[in-house]
Amino acid sequence: MGDIYLDNNATTRVEPEVVEAMLPFFTEQFGNPSSMHSFGNQVGRAIVDARKKVQALLGAAHDSEIIFTSCGTESDSTAILSALRCQPERREIIITTVEHPAVLTLCEHLEKDGYTIHRLKVDGKGRLDLKEYASLLSERVAIVSVMWANNETGTLFPVVEMAEMAHAAGVMFHTDAVQAVGKLPIDLKHTKIDMLSLSGHKLHAPKGIGVLYLRRGCRYRPLLRGGHQERGRRAGTENAASIVALGKACEMAMEYMSFENTEVRRLRDHLERGILAQVPNAFVTGDPDNRLPNTCNIAFEYIEGEAILLLLNKAGIAASSGSACTSGSLEPSHVMRAMGIPYTAAHGTVRFSLSRHNTLEEMDRVIAAVPPIVAQLRKLSPYWGENGPVEEPEKAFAPTYA
Amino acid sequence: MWDYSDKVKEHFFNPRNAGAVVEPNAVGEVGSISCGDALRLTLKVDPDSDVILDAGFQTFGCGSAIASSSALTEMVKGMKVEEALKITNQDIADFLDGLPPEKMHCSVMGREALAAAIANYRGEEWSDDHEEGALICKCFGIDAHMIEEVVRANDLSTVEQVTNYTKAGGGCSSCHEGIEEILFKVLAEREDLAPECIAEPEPVAAAPVEPEPARPAAMTNLQRIRRIEQVIEMLRPRLQADHGDVELVDVDGKTVYVNMKGACAGCQMASMTLGGIQQRLMEELGEFVRVMPASAQQSQPAVSRGH
Repeated sequence: MGDIYLDNNATTRVEPEVVEAMLPFFTEQFGNPSSMHSFGNQVGRAIVDARKKVQALLGAAHDSEIIFTSCGTESDSTAILSALRCQPERREIIITTVEHPAVLTLCEHLEKDGYTIHRLKVDGKGRLDLKEYASLLSERVAIVSVMWANNETGTLFPVVEMAEMAHAAGVMFHTDAVQAVGKLPIDLKHTKIDMLSLSGHKLHAPKGIGVLYLRRGCRYRPLLRGGHQERGRRAGTENAASIVALGKACEMAMEYMSFENTEVRRLRDHLERGILAQVPNAFVTGDPDNRLPNTCNIAFEYIEGEAILLLLNKAGIAASSGSACTSGSLEPSHVMRAMGIPYTAAHGTVRFSLSRHNTLEEMDRVIAAVPPIVAQLRKLSPYWGENGPVEEPEKAFAPTYA
Repeated sequence: MWDYSDKVKEHFFNPRNAGAVVEPNAVGEVGSISCGDALRLTLKVDPDSDVILDAGFQTFGCGSAIASSSALTEMVKGMKVEEALKITNQDIADFLDGLPPEKMHCSVMGREALAAAIANYRGEEWSDDHEEGALICKCFGIDAHMIEEVVRANDLSTVEQVTNYTKAGGGCSSCHEGIEEILFKVLAEREDLAPECIAEPEPVAAAPVEPEPARPAAMTNLQRIRRIEQVIEMLRPRLQADHGDVELVDVDGKTVYVNMKGACAGCQMASMTLGGIQQRLMEELGEFVRVMPASAQQSQPAVSRGH
């Protein structure tokens, strides 16, 4: 029995077909696509081909709207900083409280430089209030940046509708779609989204390759200046092998789109129901009715996520947690806090994120492994009695906090 | 995943003394607000001999919090209450063969639960005497609260000074921005100093942190070596506080040979520590000296080849 990988929102396995497609670009066609000789003459063509495949997956109107970058974070930074530089008179940015750190940390930094950051709040299920959003749109706003799908809970934001609203108000709209691309059908040419970030390694391409989609006509300033690569919009020698790999991965994502939304979803639902049926005091976080088909985030009350992960890992199961102690920063997940999940549950959240490689048999093994792990840790917990949480846990155990 | 020692893993996977002891007469309940962990420690103490007969823990927390709790209960069983109070959080970490810097607060929580339980046993009121801030320097485990205190107490104004006083920022440099923010905040509070001065610290500010000592007139060889001994003796308590030590081995012209001991031996930062000792010696002696590990003297008797 092999180990079970349920951490695909963190990163995915590179598909063997993708590896195969990229290898010649290390060994044979290793030339610089800008060179005149035969070592690189097919590289340029392969990049053109890859660009078209990315275009197809995103439903972009033109292949020139695809800019290859090094990662999702670079795409996010490029998009936001470009909008600020193009419109120096606009000093406000709208984001949400649950964005990825790639956006959140950048905006915190910009705040210190004097920009005003509006952070849209979410409700207990991680949903936005569009009225609040509408009230913030103005000619002072340089850009709206809202994630398509949340990496922790999988909850989807209505970015298509939000982009329409931004467009009507004359405001640029960017979406960090690294979790959504490849899991949801996307058709950018029929939306008002101006910019979109994606990351290769979330959809079975290697790490170190990303894309910024830039709608034709959208004002733009590059982050990296230097060479003519990507039409001068992102200087730096093309990561040819990874670009080819991303093209192949996008082609495969198209093929598997319905599979992700039927089979993977079915496995996810099976796993979730199986765990919840057996573990008391556990609940799904985020919006279960409107989320990615592969993601399931469960809060196990009165125990802590890192401890759960260590025991899961021992059982050969890889997942992740929103607990403070797994993050390195010691801050509990900002997503769970934004949703108002109580401390004693937020620390015990575990994210299971599936891929097309998972099987029903694996789900059953996880369903069997989780209940004893939770029971074992609850036995150690001061909030847990013989057969359930102690009565009025907050009163029964009220530690002095340092 | 964290780089936990085998002993931490062992105590996590097989925790000792989990659960509350029956009819405890000492209970300590503490939590660490920085990560939301919490611990209840229950002890059974023999009222006649003050010996801890049994200990149990209940912990809401991560792997290292559970391992620290388990280690603590093992350590205190059979100890007299007074002895137990001498246990430091570093002792708990050492018992577990070390904890990652971000996780040292788990051992602090254990130490506090013990103090709280013993206070409870003695019928005293326990109040927490330490404050914990966000971890700024991961290389040396220095938090924001400590940096702020030291900056205030010593009127520091540059990152380099903060490094000299606390070690924070002396490793990978990734926390310099965070240290600058603290400096900015504290300096902004000081009325006599405009906040601009941290943007461009005077280049000399990095130089001697302590007041310039009076340069002694030419010393005899014996006086000089005694002076070197004194300086090293002065620095030892600071190293010992970190479970390290240093010993003077030989003085050969301008080269001072020392032995790094305890935690200093094999520490990745040993060369920085040597650099600090060298700096101090130069200030005290008023001449250039080079501090080298004694091992370099044996392998390179003639001329040493740098650090």
